[in-house]
Amino acid sequence: MSARRSVTPPAEPVGGWRRAFVLGALGVGACVVFGRAFQLQVIDQDFLAAEGSKRFIRNVVIPAHRGAIVDRRGEPLALSAPVESLWAVPQALLDSPQHVEAVAKLLGRRPAEFRKFLEARTERKFVYISDPLSPAEAKRVLSLGAPGVFSDPAYARYYPAGEVAGQIVGFCGRDGAGLEGIEKSQESVLRGKQGSRRVIRDRAGRIVEDNLEFAEAQSGEDVQLTIDLRIQYLAYRELKDAVIRHKAKGGSIVIADSATGDILAVASQPGFNPNNPGERKPPGTRNRAIVDSFEPGSTAKPLLVAQALELGLFQPTSTVDTGPGWFKVGALTVRDVHPGGVMDLAKILAKSSNVGAAKIGLTLGPEAVWSGFQRFGIAEPIYTGFPGEAGSVLRHYSEWGQIATATASYGYGWSVNALHMVRAYAALANDGLMPHLRLIRNTRPVPPQRAISANTAREVRHMLETVVAPGGSATRAAIHGYQVAGKTGTARKLSDTGVYDPNRHQALFVGMVPAERPRLVGLVVIDEPGDGGYYGGLVAAPVFSNVMQGAARLLQISPDGTDTPDLAPPDAPRLTVALPPETPASAPKAKAGAALVKVAEPRL
Amino acid sequence: MKRGTLMIPLLLIAAIIVSALAVVRTKHENRALVAELETLRTERERLDMEWAQLQLEEATLASNNRVERIAREQLGMVEPRDYEIVDQTPVAGAAR
Repeated sequence: MSARRSVTPPAEPVGGWRRAFVLGALGVGACVVFGRAFQLQVIDQDFLAAEGSKRFIRNVVIPAHRGAIVDRRGEPLALSAPVESLWAVPQALLDSPQHVEAVAKLLGRRPAEFRKFLEARTERKFVYISDPLSPAEAKRVLSLGAPGVFSDPAYARYYPAGEVAGQIVGFCGRDGAGLEGIEKSQESVLRGKQGSRRVIRDRAGRIVEDNLEFAEAQSGEDVQLTIDLRIQYLAYRELKDAVIRHKAKGGSIVIADSATGDILAVASQPGFNPNNPGERKPPGTRNRAIVDSFEPGSTAKPLLVAQALELGLFQPTSTVDTGPGWFKVGALTVRDVHPGGVMDLAKILAKSSNVGAAKIGLTLGPEAVWSGFQRFGIAEPIYTGFPGEAGSVLRHYSEWGQIATATASYGYGWSVNALHMVRAYAALANDGLMPHLRLIRNTRPVPPQRAISANTAREVRHMLETVVAPGGSATRAAIHGYQVAGKTGTARKLSDTGVYDPNRHQALFVGMVPAERPRLVGLVVIDEPGDGGYYGGLVAAPVFSNVMQGAARLLQISPDGTDTPDLAPPDAPRLTVALPPETPASAPKAKAGAALVKVAEPRL
Repeated sequence: MKRGTLMIPLLLIAAIIVSALAVVRTKHENRALVAELETLRTERERLDMEWAQLQLEEATLASNNRVERIAREQLGMVEPRDYEIVDQTPVAGAAR
């Protein structure tokens, strides 16, 4: 050891700079490394993290479905179903001619025409080449393996009931938002909210982690209408038949459950098929029963008679002398079609005497006539939740003179929509309790209001039976096996110049079945019938009869109207089921409905 | 005492290795479950689509329009116009 030490040459003095140089170089190196680390970790951190995420983190959209619209029995009226929209990059597809031909064949287009279509768009990178297809069809096209053909999944709205319920249900636009009808008014309920989640994907595209961020998709809720599709179909078919047979300009029909106020059918003509975008324009899309108003004409007379009885100024046996069938009120001459001399109230209704109604109205005075119509909710909106509901026009009685009072008494000078008339007659049908009309089942039931006393309602109903009985103005409204109560109306329409046109009419019939204890109320309006008469009793009454006959059969309404569960006391055994059984999904709503019935109990 | 001080780090090292392996295993299980969840979600979506299409198909086939046409034209059925309504209401009380 000591020897080795002895051979070790004495250390030459080392220049101090070398030490400084090494340390300095190391220091610089460390600074560079540290600085680079600082740059990457602190300065560029956001950018780099984002770039990294881009390579494996994906946002995945969780689709939300739009809710369906169903009828009271759960039959779908509007449904969303998946579709595929095929699109192509024109140049890429044109580069392989045999594929162009095959794709054209599968899409049902002529190859030459399809080629031209693509050639006209070679500049573009994205062209839809088909209407939305079912997933199976789209798969067939894609399986050709044509270059530049892709598909986008989407949801399309279908309307299985087609034109039968088109005007109520409405339709959606291309972006999936409701544009008309219930689709529009219930948009916030139907619309779903798309969810999204962030996931980590591996190289093969499989999702390996998905616990990053998560927003749940909220599918739209279903909307259940009070419509019964079977009755809706029947009503639509009969209305369409009548409109065609009488070469009318249009028409509408409303059927409602008089006890609960549920609207079972609303249809109008001309109609449209919501599945066909080309037909989605007025006048077809116009739901005349709700958005159009009309002068009720003679159908207002029972309301006037009810008010006269209610005030005690007239009795059912009271008579009115209608004279020779005409009567002068100032400058106005009121005329009857069938002069009848001295008539009692029932006969005034049966013969639809304008003179009789005008005389009753003038005896009551403007205020009483006005408040009589008010009782039946003529001036109140219906609040069905349907967009564009027509308001009624009933001027205040202080603006009425003698002439206005007389004309208002037989239904001119004020206007309502079809639902107003149905609601008013539902009050007569439901022993004076006027129900709140509903079109949407999910809404909370509103208790009915008392319009008139039960006695008055029954008396007016008896009178209305004579309208349909032999000798009345609407014998064609009769239904085999049932007693019908109702009233015809033949209202002249205002011409463009503002006077009543003698050649343009609206034929109306409004009635209830069965007369003793009504369950259904219905209104039929035929607008400007051109062929085969224009009287309500000739044109509108047969439609009413056909529809109500079918509806009474479908709903199992017994001929005398007794034992219908909603009118029976709550503790009575349920003997017949008048309305179809609830679907399980709506069971809680049925309970709410039962609560309403208790209020509507007509034992007073 | 000396033995003890040596054992503690060794034990800790073993524990670390075990827990590291457990992490690997858990991660693997997690990914397998995520993959399964994903397949199930896809399946649900597919079934949803199929359900919507079947509903649509059923509604189209059962549409009143079509049923009426077939009943009238192919089966020659007509609506009963001449009928009698028979009251089959059970006597109250008998139903209970």
